Amino acid sequence: MIELNKENFEEEVVKCSEKPVFIDFWGDKCEVCIEMMPDIHKLSEKYDDKIKFCSLNTSQNRRLAISQKVLGLPTMAIYKDGEKVEQLTPDKVSVSSIEDLIKKYY
Amino acid sequence: MAEIFDVIIIGGGPAGLSAGLYGSRSRLNTLLIEKSKYGGQTATTNELDNYPGSMENPTGPELSERMRKQADEFGTKFTRDDVLGIDVSGDIKIVKCKNKEYHTRTIIIAQGAEPNMAGFKKEGDFRGRGVSYCATCDADFFTDLDVAVIGGGDSALTEAIYLTKFVNKLTIIHRRDSFRGVKSLQEKVFKNPKIDIIWDSVPAEIVGDEIVEGLKVKNKVTGEETLLDVNGVFVFVGLNPTSDIYKGIIKMDERGYILTDTEMNTNIPGVFAAGDIRQKSLRQVITAAADGAIAATSAEKYIADKFE
Repeated sequence: MIELNKENFEEEVVKCSEKPVFIDFWGDKCEVCIEMMPDIHKLSEKYDDKIKFCSLNTSQNRRLAISQKVLGLPTMAIYKDGEKVEQLTPDKVSVSSIEDLIKKYY
Repeated sequence: MAEIFDVIIIGGGPAGLSAGLYGSRSRLNTLLIEKSKYGGQTATTNELDNYPGSMENPTGPELSERMRKQADEFGTKFTRDDVLGIDVSGDIKIVKCKNKEYHTRTIIIAQGAEPNMAGFKKEGDFRGRGVSYCATCDADFFTDLDVAVIGGGDSALTEAIYLTKFVNKLTIIHRRDSFRGVKSLQEKVFKNPKIDIIWDSVPAEIVGDEIVEGLKVKNKVTGEETLLDVNGVFVFVGLNPTSDIYKGIIKMDERGYILTDTEMNTNIPGVFAAGDIRQKSLRQVITAAADGAIAATSAEKYIADKFE
């Protein structure tokens, strides 16, 4: 998985047109996010060929997260051609809902 | 033939983890099923100064991990799965999960409760965009910004105090003219220079385009509506039991809390309930842990009487 920050966000997400981009927005103090990480890594191995998997540490990239209208954790989003097309809000995030979201764009 | 467990515990908060500890210490073949994070609500609470022996250290997440480890060391098995339903018609009961079915002699339901929504306009639409139910998860985003906290109980006051470490200014909106939370918390809130309080008022509607830019607040006495300039709204207005999948099988009250006796028996022999999901007067880590211990002990007695 690619670690996003304000230096590479443009290149890896906004300019990425070859495949949809999945972003796991997480933070240092978000226990749910940290607990789910191994499962998300497994999903990234399973679906890696058609979807680009990225993660964004919002504790270190607060402004970038807010610019993407993310102010709650965990949040999972799909970007296509540089635009956010779908987002799972904290209440909707579970390992199975993430897999369903990924399958939709796979 | 599939493995038959002595005890299956549904939910890995303090009630479930303490049931796991007591069950496995009694050498019962014990499985705990959790869908997301061990510790339940405790895992998202930073300070637990009402659990004996625990103040800043350990924090909620640390205490949860210690509880999990302790149960693990005595032999509790853990699995991550979504429980979809239970079949309790036979002596051997079935727990149906998303990935697998499990067979067991007893079940301890310890799925807890989830935060309630406050019920104002656009509350759901702005979830994750400024409306939050978890201060430890989301406090970072609101560093040096202004936020509102809805509620007046222990949770609202504890989380408000925690949030003042991050935010510029915080306004508590409470529907009555006094708080329900314990006096020591009230004193801390009244003394805190970052906290303002709006009494007798309820949130009416979020203002904002894609993220929260303000909150309309309605005074219940005068009916007057004012606009509060905030980027975050934290809601702590009580809990809702996670008991939908047991409706029609396990007896519960009109709010969905499961009814038990003092031994944690439900209406179905061999099925017990523990923790926040149960109808009770005090929902705290300490009462959840106590329930779990009693439920596991009752399960042990039930197995001895029924199967041995």
